[in-house]
Amino acid sequence: MSILRNSTLLRHLALTLLAGVVLYLLTLQLEPFRNFQLATVAAYLCATAGLTVLVGLNGQLSLGHGALMAVGAYTVALSQNRLSDAGVTGNQVLPLSLALGVLVTMAAGAVIGLAAARLRGPYLAGVTLAVAIAVPAATVTFDEVFNSEQGLPVYVEPPPLSLGLYFPNERWQAWIALAGALLTMLLLANLVRSRIGRNLRAVRDDEVAARLAGIHLARTQVLAFVVSAACAGLGGGLMALLAQSVSPGAFSLTLSLFLLMAVVIGGLGSLSGAVWGALLLVALPDLTHDTTDWVTLSPEVAQRLEGNLPLAVFGLTLIVVMIAAPGGVQGLLRRLGALVRRRVPTR
Amino acid sequence: MDRFVFLTFDGLSKGAVLAAFALALVLIWRAARIVNFAQGAMAVAAAYAAYSVTSATGSYWLGFGAALAGGLLIGLVVERAVMRFVDHTSPLAEVIVALGLVLVFQALLGIFYGNEYLPTGTPFSRTALTAGGVPLLSRYDLFVFGAVLLVVVALALLFTRTPVGLRMRASAFAPEVSRLLGVNVGGMLTLGWALASAVGALAAMLVIPTELGLHPHAMDLVFVSAFTAAVVGGLDSPVGAVVGGLSVGLILSYVSGYLGSDVTPMAVLVLLLAVLLVRPGGLFSSTVARQV
Repeated sequence: MSILRNSTLLRHLALTLLAGVVLYLLTLQLEPFRNFQLATVAAYLCATAGLTVLVGLNGQLSLGHGALMAVGAYTVALSQNRLSDAGVTGNQVLPLSLALGVLVTMAAGAVIGLAAARLRGPYLAGVTLAVAIAVPAATVTFDEVFNSEQGLPVYVEPPPLSLGLYFPNERWQAWIALAGALLTMLLLANLVRSRIGRNLRAVRDDEVAARLAGIHLARTQVLAFVVSAACAGLGGGLMALLAQSVSPGAFSLTLSLFLLMAVVIGGLGSLSGAVWGALLLVALPDLTHDTTDWVTLSPEVAQRLEGNLPLAVFGLTLIVVMIAAPGGVQGLLRRLGALVRRRVPTR
Repeated sequence: MDRFVFLTFDGLSKGAVLAAFALALVLIWRAARIVNFAQGAMAVAAAYAAYSVTSATGSYWLGFGAALAGGLLIGLVVERAVMRFVDHTSPLAEVIVALGLVLVFQALLGIFYGNEYLPTGTPFSRTALTAGGVPLLSRYDLFVFGAVLLVVVALALLFTRTPVGLRMRASAFAPEVSRLLGVNVGGMLTLGWALASAVGALAAMLVIPTELGLHPHAMDLVFVSAFTAAVVGGLDSPVGAVVGGLSVGLILSYVSGYLGSDVTPMAVLVLLLAVLLVRPGGLFSSTVARQV
């Protein structure tokens, strides 16, 4: 036990292992649709975890993470399709495509990060907003490669035969996505507890003091952007695998705003908050869908509500959380925990 | 050559609208040091109000008035009900709350009006008048120029020649001192938001008929272009916003005319990055040492 308390790496490894076992058992129990939702949560989690490190710990606001996810998704799509056209098959194809997606997104993140390191506050937000609008438009400009608004289908191999002939595809997808999310969380958890993580926070809190302590500002900020972009790229790549298609409509400005909202509501800067946020991104549209089903409406009104009601709820929650509870869900839980501990005196 | 002339005039007309919208951004930046990322969504909401009034009464001008009044009202409500309560110590909070407003506005408009493009009319013909066989400007373009010019002059007079304008400048420049001298600083802030929102609504009314039509996302790209224009001008200078707006309008018109309209978003991004990296303070700002 004392080893776990003293070594951050071992503690995080043990936690990840535990989470992996619990999630594995969960995927065996869930029906296919729930497994698919779980996989979607995992894909979102990669992106929200990366974003919370950037916004919460480093203080750089990015409205362009949806676009970075698009970069990852399109890379994975192109790589999967090219490899299958070339007749390359096997277990190594998928990790290769995902790694490629992460690498390309990291490169994109480095370019934006280099510019971002020189910008502050609203200027940075404006540039990343322009990125969020320009990237989907680029798929129309270079339509020979990206096939414009229709997007691309993504070739994904069925689950390996060794798992059995009737193995549900959704469970396989959930495993892939969860593996990606757990790996992301493990790496990020170690990163934020390390020297680099402390540097990120130091730069966020006081740039002058950080500089005096010998921290290279621009390098730290670019690094934060690259790490965050890598996570978004993995999330986007997983999204492409889950949907088995990519199109610019799926990676619009709204997605970027959703990611930011998830991170804020979960609790800025907290990795557990990113989990709450990712859950919310999948659960809330589902909830509003159920509510609109419950009330009988004309099909036209129902259709309008279904697309827009989650947006309104998200936006309103975002404003309320930002004004009333800046710590988000995780902050509230932490305060609740402190309250309970005070009420129950330790013997 | 004809094409170049046509694109130039078209760009100036687009630029005038961008200038008005950038001016709205500058107004709020000067009053509260906030870049209002919800400006586009607020302006679209006012344009929808105009659409409702125009389709109910059949008069364009009643709708136009409704848009301006709606813009004033939206700005007032947003400042009094939301922005006032945001924590001003962190620059992130204001941007995030504004983005929340964007989601709410766009969702509500989608619920009430649907997510289809609605056609909107213009008060004047949009067919270009020709001079010596070269198409130059339409009557509508002239109307756009006139409206923007009127707004710019009116705002300049308001800020430099009236007691209210003096109070607004004072409360933005030194809020504590102004409060001691009996200026209603909070009220001035609200007035600034309302004015800016009305100017934004005017820009939306002018630009939407020249694009695809009325849509909850109609102002997204216009917002980014206008933000670029405001940054080119330095965010702090109304003159800069007008010059920035006209030059961004010209550049975008040439880009979409010669390279295709789907290149425009990328051109905006490149332009914005170029300006921010070469001259972060904008072309019209006085040099200030950055607080590292």
